[in-house]
Amino acid sequence: MYSFDIERPTTIADAVAALGSDEAQALGGGQTLIPTLKQRLAAPAKLVSLSGIAEMQGVCVADDGALCIGGATPHAVVAREAAAAYPALAALAGQIGDPAVRNRGTIGGSLANNDPAACYPAAVLASGATIVTNARSIAADDYFDGMFGTALEEGEIIVEVRFPVPEAASYQKFLQPASRFALTGAFVAKFADGVRVAITGAGEEGVFRWSEAETALSHEFRPDALMDLSVSADGMIEDLHGSKAYRAHLVKVMTARAVAAAAG
Amino acid sequence: MPKVSMTVNGKAVSAEAEGRTLLSSYLREGLGLTGTHVGCDTSQCGACVVHVDGKAVKSCTMFAAEAEGAEVTTIEGMAAPDGTLNAIQQAFQDHHGLQCGFCTPGMVMSAAALLEENPTPTEAEVRHYLEGNICRCTGYHNIVKAILAASGQDVSGIAAE
Amino acid sequence: MPKDGGIGASTKRREDVRFLTGQGNYTDDINIAGQAYVHFLRSDMAHGRINAIDTAAAAAMPGVVRIFTGADFEGIGGLPCGWQVTDRFGEPMQEPAHPVLAQGKVRHVGDPIAAVVAETPEQARDAAEAIVVDITELPAVVDMRAALAEGATKVHDDLKSNLCYDWGFVEDNREAVDAAIKGAHHVTTLELVNNRLVANPMEPRVAVGDYNRATDEHTLYTTSQNPHVIRLLMGAFVLGIPEHKLRVVAPDVGGGFGSKIFHYAEEAFCTFAAKACNRPVKWTASRSEAFITDAHGRDHVTKIELALDEEGNFLALRTETLANMGAYLSTFAPSVPTWLHGTLMAGNYKTPLIYVNVKAVFTNTVPVDAYRGAGRPEATYQLERVIDKAARELGMDPIALRRKNFVTEFPYATPVAVEYDTGDYVATMDKLEEIADIAGFADRWEKSQDDGKLRGLGVNCYIEACGIAPSNLVGQLGARAGLYDAATVRVNATGSISVMVGAHSHGQGHETSFPQVVAEMIGIDPSQVEIVHGDSSKIPFGMGTYGSRSIAVCGSAMVRATEKIINKAKKIAAHLMEASEADIELKDGQFTVAGTDKSVAWGDVTLAAYVPHNYPLEEIEPGLEETAFYDPANFTYPAGAYACEVEVDPETGKVTICSFAAADDFGNIINPMIVDGQVHGGIGQGIGQALLENAVYDENGQLLSGSYMDYAMPRADDVPFYVVDHSCQTPCTHNPLGVKGCGEAGAIGSPPAVVNAVIDALQRAGKDVSHIDMPLTPARVWAAMNG
Ligand SMILES: Cc1cc2nc3c(=O)[nH]c(=O)nc-3n(C[C@H](O)[C@H](O)[C@H](O)COP(=O)(O)OP(=O)(O)OC[C@H]3O[C@@H](n4cnc5c(N)ncnc54)[C@H](O)[C@@H]3O)c2cc1C
Ligand code: FES
Ligand code: FES
Repeated sequence: MYSFDIERPTTIADAVAALGSDEAQALGGGQTLIPTLKQRLAAPAKLVSLSGIAEMQGVCVADDGALCIGGATPHAVVAREAAAAYPALAALAGQIGDPAVRNRGTIGGSLANNDPAACYPAAVLASGATIVTNARSIAADDYFDGMFGTALEEGEIIVEVRFPVPEAASYQKFLQPASRFALTGAFVAKFADGVRVAITGAGEEGVFRWSEAETALSHEFRPDALMDLSVSADGMIEDLHGSKAYRAHLVKVMTARAVAAAAG
Repeated sequence: MPKVSMTVNGKAVSAEAEGRTLLSSYLREGLGLTGTHVGCDTSQCGACVVHVDGKAVKSCTMFAAEAEGAEVTTIEGMAAPDGTLNAIQQAFQDHHGLQCGFCTPGMVMSAAALLEENPTPTEAEVRHYLEGNICRCTGYHNIVKAILAASGQDVSGIAAE
Repeated sequence: MPKDGGIGASTKRREDVRFLTGQGNYTDDINIAGQAYVHFLRSDMAHGRINAIDTAAAAAMPGVVRIFTGADFEGIGGLPCGWQVTDRFGEPMQEPAHPVLAQGKVRHVGDPIAAVVAETPEQARDAAEAIVVDITELPAVVDMRAALAEGATKVHDDLKSNLCYDWGFVEDNREAVDAAIKGAHHVTTLELVNNRLVANPMEPRVAVGDYNRATDEHTLYTTSQNPHVIRLLMGAFVLGIPEHKLRVVAPDVGGGFGSKIFHYAEEAFCTFAAKACNRPVKWTASRSEAFITDAHGRDHVTKIELALDEEGNFLALRTETLANMGAYLSTFAPSVPTWLHGTLMAGNYKTPLIYVNVKAVFTNTVPVDAYRGAGRPEATYQLERVIDKAARELGMDPIALRRKNFVTEFPYATPVAVEYDTGDYVATMDKLEEIADIAGFADRWEKSQDDGKLRGLGVNCYIEACGIAPSNLVGQLGARAGLYDAATVRVNATGSISVMVGAHSHGQGHETSFPQVVAEMIGIDPSQVEIVHGDSSKIPFGMGTYGSRSIAVCGSAMVRATEKIINKAKKIAAHLMEASEADIELKDGQFTVAGTDKSVAWGDVTLAAYVPHNYPLEEIEPGLEETAFYDPANFTYPAGAYACEVEVDPETGKVTICSFAAADDFGNIINPMIVDGQVHGGIGQGIGQALLENAVYDENGQLLSGSYMDYAMPRADDVPFYVVDHSCQTPCTHNPLGVKGCGEAGAIGSPPAVVNAVIDALQRAGKDVSHIDMPLTPARVWAAMNG
């Protein structure tokens, strides 16, 4: 690692101020950033730790029924505290990495990073969640911007994520055997006004909505509704863990499984 | 260099640490607690697992500065002061849950966290919980068996020694 | 019932207490006052010509002590290769130089170009980044077939080609085998890849060099399986340090699996630099560095043909293999695809004619050498896969076909030059059928079917050759070392015993199992016996631990030394009891005179040896310490039968291991608990090879699976509880303990069972799939099902 200082602010305002200085970077749980720093792939002069900011911690239900998760809330807390309000989301959080990673890694860090194989982006996109930053609110559909790309500006931090809670939902993750991120993951969310399907792990542009499936499932929320659909291999990721065709195939399989699980 | 202070295995400690000093380095080099091991640089092997304020974390993936004021427990803090092994450690010895011993500190710390959360886990729950702890020696058989035994469950029906 | 703590008892391991409390002493735990740290600047290209290295800016950076390049090692020996293979035309293999730091060219990603010694690891790394290397990239040679093609770029300019050797075995059988295959009723052919693996002991390699100018003594602390071998190779061939001025210590070592046998550049560097800088120099590998510097394993591409008659009798076997050596010859690399592989091609079967051809190839990849099993897994895999394929082609039951061809009479001389002393392959297969409940498979298959899963059963046998020896034979085969081992038994005045052994324990539990033997022989409590290992200054000599040799070879040396002790102690006892030596018996730590009630305790005799007041000084020396060297008469031949049941998810191709059973014959057993553990670990690694692990290079020689993000290590939820049994015991006939060795069996015997099971599952489901190359990832299985 290159040398840097660490600041540990206790309010969002202080954090934002600290991030205003040159070469400063936010530190969430560090579960992605620290391995990156070890490889010397980043050289911040200062890390601003978000873990001590009480207003960015925790899970609650808003008046409109949305589930609100503080931007610095670790995955383990979501797995536990969102279980009653939004079981599919809690289950997703409980499948990220391993217990020690879940005790440190945060939802804000995961979304800021937008790894194409990460889990949370699928939940956020399928739920139509809102990313609340220190500066504004960003709709999920406007937030993700290709592999590792997001709508966040320099120094902007995710302070909260608001999830509308669907009537039924499920996340089905097919593990990449080494990293155990999603080789392909499908999050299906059924709302009163329609179904949203988001796919992670498969697309070269990162998380994406599978609109044909959404249409078919909005019509009929059963795995069979997907039967006649096919997923094009174009634009899928190809690597040593799976071809484009394999991932395209998994998109359909995982989506069908998510529908089956959600339909209960 | 600034000093970072915390409580490790019940003792107040303080040692120099740069911003980039990892908790694992702080423990190993700063305090000489070399029971915490480092087996990878991608935060996957779990040889470095310790407890910070009661939660299992990978000490190679947390800065020492972030543990300022925290209660940290390492493998060195698991046995009784007179050296008597705790139930998990004893079960690892009784059931041959270790060979080279390199993954062992992390395994024991993860097992302790598991049993704290879930005092009588199933075999599948134990295996799943150890997702972030890699062992190259044991094929996991005796590790899983030891953890089940440490939870007070009868393991005599499990195949082989 | 074995006596508590004696031979055959599952004694709890004494080493566990320090490991379980964080008190182990691994190499990275060693810090010497004043030590500096080295960071290696490594090549990020697979093949390149170094034009110039400019270290000026780097040398001026904070904390830099000294920067070394290949120029500093000119005139100093390169890393030696410990085995010279002779090709089928009688010519020696092509043997390139292997410099400590690159000279002129880099030949694989990870090849060290320069080394920066600095006050802190980060300063060393900062300065390494400031070194300017002018380098011309050359085409990378990665694929073995392409490497052998006419006009291919050469990895080593001074060699004739990228062919290290073309080995034939037994060359005289070549034509007879060809003829038998041509005329056979049925020939089954299989082309396969034995996937390249990374050993991945959980402890990365570490080296700490120390030098004492006043005494001119060097000490190297290193993560090694065989400190004496390192001392010999590094002292004699690389740095020119005589043994008495060089101490090599391998303290607690966090697993090896072969990868810590070899002498590596970093060891030589730290030893050299400690003198050059006159301060201790430490290197700790990161895992990323381990992936591109630890010797890899396997990496064979093979075509195997098995000829059978109408009844399914094996007539002849022919195999052709391309074996990847990587960019340089690692310490024992040439022996792995030849003598550790070709000699095992008979397996458990009485195939009369066998011919093995191996072409070893240089490529721009990390050197490849022994990994758990070393050659024997490659032999077993191809043989057991081709037999399975033959059974399916002939419509025969795979178990019945194997049974039909078992060797049943011992000793048995194979057509590939080795002689099995004992074995009972029928017994291990019977045992396997019992513990794996083969008879109940049909019901389990039905149940899986109901759950929408494709179930399959895979069975295979294996034979292993352990404790490779004798030295005069291996010398003829090209080994440049002896393969004996040594032990010193030092009995202290009060009767406690220190045993200095040449074997090295890095997980095998020698500190527990070796004392069981000595304690049993003398009849004292094992707590009175302590094992000392891993320090060349404390033990007489030793070849270390690999090839499942420790108890069979070093254990035998220990038995011999203990016998000498007992003989001498009997003389002393005879004197003390004024009896004839011939009448003295030793039992339960008491010397008695046959037919009398006279007795004297072990401790009284040992005390007399050191306080020789009443002592036959004119006949024997005082003291009680004996050393023995033991050179085995033959290999040992553990063997067994393994079964695996899998379920394949027809939608995703994911394979789940439902059960795994192993019936092994290891001869006599010292500590069953430890033996079980060795088998478990081997099976875990074998399942890893079969389903998960793969070291993949792209066409530019970049390692794509260079971290745990892409190299899939088996985790706890990838494997089931294993059922293991070693009640079939045919003791080895030529070592004093009747032991055979158990360290590698699991890794040798398990991959074919897994693959056979998956193929079985797919064929039962009507899929036309006869082979899938390892690892059987979901993507590969799915592609095969839909291919
Ligand atoms: C072994 C292992 C397994 C894993 N498995 C999975 C998995 O299966 N699925 C999965 O989805 N992920 C997985 N992860 C990644 C994990 O979820 C990380 O926690 C997450 O990707 C990053 O979150 P973090 O809080 O650790 O962020 P950090 O690592 O601290 O930061 C990541 C990036 O986000 C920025 N950042 C952090 N917080 C904020 C914020 N609030 N606002 C704006 N920017 C911010 C940082 O500056 C940095 O650029 C795994 C990680 C590890 C080590
Ligand atoms: S060293 Fe911390 S996870 Fe590997
Ligand atoms: S005991 Fe060696 S890695 Fe687990």
